Amino acid sequence: MQPTDIRNPQYFHKVVDCQWACPAHTRVPEYIRLIAGGRYDDAYLLNWDSNVFPGILGRTCDRPCEPACRRGRVEESNGDKPEPVAICRLKRVAADHRGDGVEARMRERLPAPVSGAERFRVACIGGGPASLTVARDLVPLGYWITIFEADAKGGGFMRTQVPRFRLPEHVIDEEVGYILGLGVELVGNRRIDSLRELLDENFDAIFVGCGAPRGRDLHIPGRDEDTDRIHVGIEWLASVYFGHVSKVGKRVLVLGGGNTAMDCCRSARRLGGEDVKVMVRSGYEEMKASPWEKEDAEHEGVEILNWLNPKSFVHEDGKLTGMWFTPMRAEHDANGKRKLLPTGEPDRLFECDEVLIAVGQENAFPWIERDLGMEFDEWGMPKLDKLTMQSTLPRVFFGGDAAFGPKNIIWAVEHGHQAAASIHNFLQGEDVRNRPPPLTNLVSQKMGIHEWSYDNDISPDERFVVPWAPKEKTLTNIHQEVELGFDIQTAWKEAQRCLNCDVQTVFSKDVCIECDACVDVCPMDCITFTTNDEEAGLRARLTAPANNKEQDLYVSDPVKTGRVMVKDEDVCLHCGLCAERCPTGAWDMRRFLFAESYAGRGEDYSARPARKQVAA
Amino acid sequence: MTYLPKPKLHHPSLQKNAVGFTRRDYEGAISTLCAGCGHDSISAAIIQACWELDVEPHRVAKISGIGCSSKTPTYFLSASHGFNAVHGRMPSVLTGANLANRELLYLGISGDGDSASIGIGQFVHAIRRGVDMLYIVENNGVYGLTKGQFSATADQGSKSKKGATNTDAPVDMVGMALQLGASFVARSFSGDKTQLVPILKAAMTHKGASFVDVLSPCVAFNNHPGSTKSYDYVREHNHALCRMDFISPRAEITVDYPPGEVREVRQHDGSVLRLRKLPESHDTGDRVAAMNYLHACQARGEIVTGLLYVDPEAPDLHEHLQTVEVPFNTLGERELCPGSAVLAEINAALS
Ligand SMILES: Cc1cc2nc3c(=O)[nH]c(=O)nc-3n(C[C@H](O)[C@H](O)[C@H](O)COP(=O)(O)OP(=O)(O)OC[C@H]3O[C@@H](n4cnc5c(N)ncnc54)[C@H](O)[C@@H]3O)c2cc1C
Ligand SMILES: Cc1ncc(C[n+]2csc(CCOP(=O)(O)OP(=O)(O)O)c2C)c(N)n1
Ligand code: SF4
Ligand code: SF4
Ligand code: SF4
Ligand SMILES: [Mg+2]
Repeated sequence: MQPTDIRNPQYFHKVVDCQWACPAHTRVPEYIRLIAGGRYDDAYLLNWDSNVFPGILGRTCDRPCEPACRRGRVEESNGDKPEPVAICRLKRVAADHRGDGVEARMRERLPAPVSGAERFRVACIGGGPASLTVARDLVPLGYWITIFEADAKGGGFMRTQVPRFRLPEHVIDEEVGYILGLGVELVGNRRIDSLRELLDENFDAIFVGCGAPRGRDLHIPGRDEDTDRIHVGIEWLASVYFGHVSKVGKRVLVLGGGNTAMDCCRSARRLGGEDVKVMVRSGYEEMKASPWEKEDAEHEGVEILNWLNPKSFVHEDGKLTGMWFTPMRAEHDANGKRKLLPTGEPDRLFECDEVLIAVGQENAFPWIERDLGMEFDEWGMPKLDKLTMQSTLPRVFFGGDAAFGPKNIIWAVEHGHQAAASIHNFLQGEDVRNRPPPLTNLVSQKMGIHEWSYDNDISPDERFVVPWAPKEKTLTNIHQEVELGFDIQTAWKEAQRCLNCDVQTVFSKDVCIECDACVDVCPMDCITFTTNDEEAGLRARLTAPANNKEQDLYVSDPVKTGRVMVKDEDVCLHCGLCAERCPTGAWDMRRFLFAESYAGRGEDYSARPARKQVAA
Repeated sequence: MTYLPKPKLHHPSLQKNAVGFTRRDYEGAISTLCAGCGHDSISAAIIQACWELDVEPHRVAKISGIGCSSKTPTYFLSASHGFNAVHGRMPSVLTGANLANRELLYLGISGDGDSASIGIGQFVHAIRRGVDMLYIVENNGVYGLTKGQFSATADQGSKSKKGATNTDAPVDMVGMALQLGASFVARSFSGDKTQLVPILKAAMTHKGASFVDVLSPCVAFNNHPGSTKSYDYVREHNHALCRMDFISPRAEITVDYPPGEVREVRQHDGSVLRLRKLPESHDTGDRVAAMNYLHACQARGEIVTGLLYVDPEAPDLHEHLQTVEVPFNTLGERELCPGSAVLAEINAALS
């Protein structure tokens, strides 16, 4: 193999599994250390820089970082159940324990205004996380931002879809408030019905963050009767939020296996549903809902039934009484593609009083005229540059669920960052595809012979569980938040489970005397000195086999004997024992900083001539 | 935070051996030796060898003397028996233990100071008696623990860290072991585990006195230019006599070598030592040839490593003494004082 080029920041960035997996590349291990150190404000602000909604995300994030977290891999075959660090719930700890001073400090860390920016006006359609992120990134630079939102308040689906027992409203008010407080104009109760009209209003750039607002319906026999008892899930959840719905029948069937289905069934349990069943076409494992959402629903007495395809609604005297389902099984064809087929067993009838249809969400852009020069693909989605989020109408950018279909909050935020950087370039007359360079740094953490500036001891603890409010409270009051958050002691212990994956093992081959001390001491058998080979050959004959191909091998230039040092990054604990054992300092533990840059940061734009205002 | 205990977490693929232990189960306390000490590598090799041999830790006794090398039994096999004897007295304590319980695997761990100076008399007699043991000298050419004085194995003309030249002739423990009748004699290097681990396995399964001299650089006091026991010097002057594979009695022999390229030695327990790249002229069953080879290499300034001599059928101390098959420590009063009738029988036989 070629020697690893550790000067390429992507190499060490990838070793920080959680940060690499986070769409917004939040500096996870750094904020976890700050929490362990009791520096909640700093931890909160670090999050706020990247993900804009730490309090909201600390409760609701889809947390792609956690399945990626190294802790889950290193605990494999080491104890009961391998579990990642509770990255998401630690984020909430930072939010819960932050002080009043954070808002003032936010302003201190914002970039300086760009001269002339106040001449440009940017419209954001929709007040969800995507638009709010665009606003947060652009307002400090001096642009004039107007958000048009069909509802009265900002927040988008975070406010109207995510139920209050998962996300209290004051959390949304605070974090949306921080952004509006920067001087963003929010025009509430204003639905945009025509993009043409908005373009005519002379905005220099437009960001479309209208989400994927349409719930998919299920057109099967009986759907059009007794429609007061058959609802589309996301419409029903919005009605619950607005208070139009406050109770539900005793027996409720929820159709679908995604997160919306989980919010529907859990809301139904709180509004009078006693016998609530989630009916899923496919198997339990392949359901779209996150594992923890399923667990939480089941914990609250919801039954999940799999391999049942809805066939028809049953009505008696015009009143809904039940539904027929066809038992299904999966079959893989010659190409390995999975198909669902009826098993041939008789259909099954399930009685019910009310049905919630949560079988998916769709994008809809009825308000975008098709003769504006904006191109759409065969599925009716706008054609976008995936890097810049720019549409084929140069002035118009997209992000969040409106861009590539329903995703989640953290993706909406990342789209917002990218779109904001693009809009800034666009307005400044720069190449829109230019990305502000990330801030990177690599600094030794050595303090003494066996002393490091981070806590390199490895906690043996298994993942801690977040305490819950008692069921008697949560199932009777839909506003009662279920999870209570870690207390400070538990948060500290959970933080200690983090392996500090951003503190990198850096090898200097020139001083290595090949004493093998690092190989012998490494608890995870990460290090090997061997003759060089092709990657597959090396992976098979290291001290321990390197079977996880998603994780890189760190290969050195030849050492004195002509062999190479090969380190499998996969399950390194970042414990620093290799560096403590090395007699010559050939291993060093260095903290790697990787911070994404946002619009107007990392580069001095103010010196450049601004782009001329777009003609009317 | 100083000197963490090694985290208990291990690689997910870590395997258990036939007796139910992982390699990590053969570890000991975290080493307090200098970082980079060759002795730590030898400990790691012992751990690896014991795991691969499916040794049950409670069937092992680690006996050592005084020195950094003699401290190492703390850093491996923490579930085994151990005895830290006074300086140079490991061999007599080991001999006594072996007489009391012949069923354990005895690891005599010593240093060049411990064995070639103060303990040289003890070394000599344990070897010539054929005590069933693996005697390891972790040879760094200095008294490491007392801060680097030349030991008796330091080569004439080699330089200390401060620049003083050693004028005394060295003791060659491999040559002595051959001459004293050790039935398994090898030399290796702490920096070459692919050679060291099979040698240790072969020596542990060998019945009789096995002696292994392991060059083990002292990073703190004897790893400088001018030393003949440094990592660089040993690597540059290493002459590997042969490569050896250890094939346990249970293992299937899978690789076929063309005849003439390998020679195999079957030990009394059924294990096979397969010797590769052994010079045509060398016979590992010929003690005189081994001594000649050793001296020839030495004259050329080479450090010969590998298995030099093995006698798979050698008798051990218990055979010499015609002791009972069972360990002495299991004999009760009934066996030891069989009564006046038996005494009369013995007396009658003597008359
Ligand atoms: C039930 C449910 C639960 C969810 N739970 C989670 C969760 O726990 N975690 C998570 O990460 N994600 C969750 N999601 C997904 C998440 O809410 C979305 O991915 C995210 O909010 C998308 O953000 P956005 O900015 O693209 O748009 P949205 O948040 O969808 O906001 C779009 C806004 O635009 C407004 N709007 C639409 N059209 C117009 C128009 N023409 N004019 C003016 N305003 C308009 C809408 O009123 C809406 O407020 C959930 C989704 C649902 C349906
Ligand atoms: C009776 C006695 N004399 C002297 C000493 C001092 N002493 C301690 S260790 C040592 C030499 C150890 O050398 P070696 O066996 O080579 O061990 P190393 O530390 O080099 O591994 C000496 C002389 C002692 N402990 N006891
Ligand atoms: S152990 Fe810590 S730094 Fe490593 S992936 Fe998990 S959360 Fe991130
Ligand atoms: S930090 Fe070093 S010793 Fe610790 S697990 Fe990683 S490679 Fe091994
Ligand atoms: S401990 Fe240091 S000197 Fe020894 S082999 Fe490892 S990197 Fe090289
Ligand atoms: Mg010594």
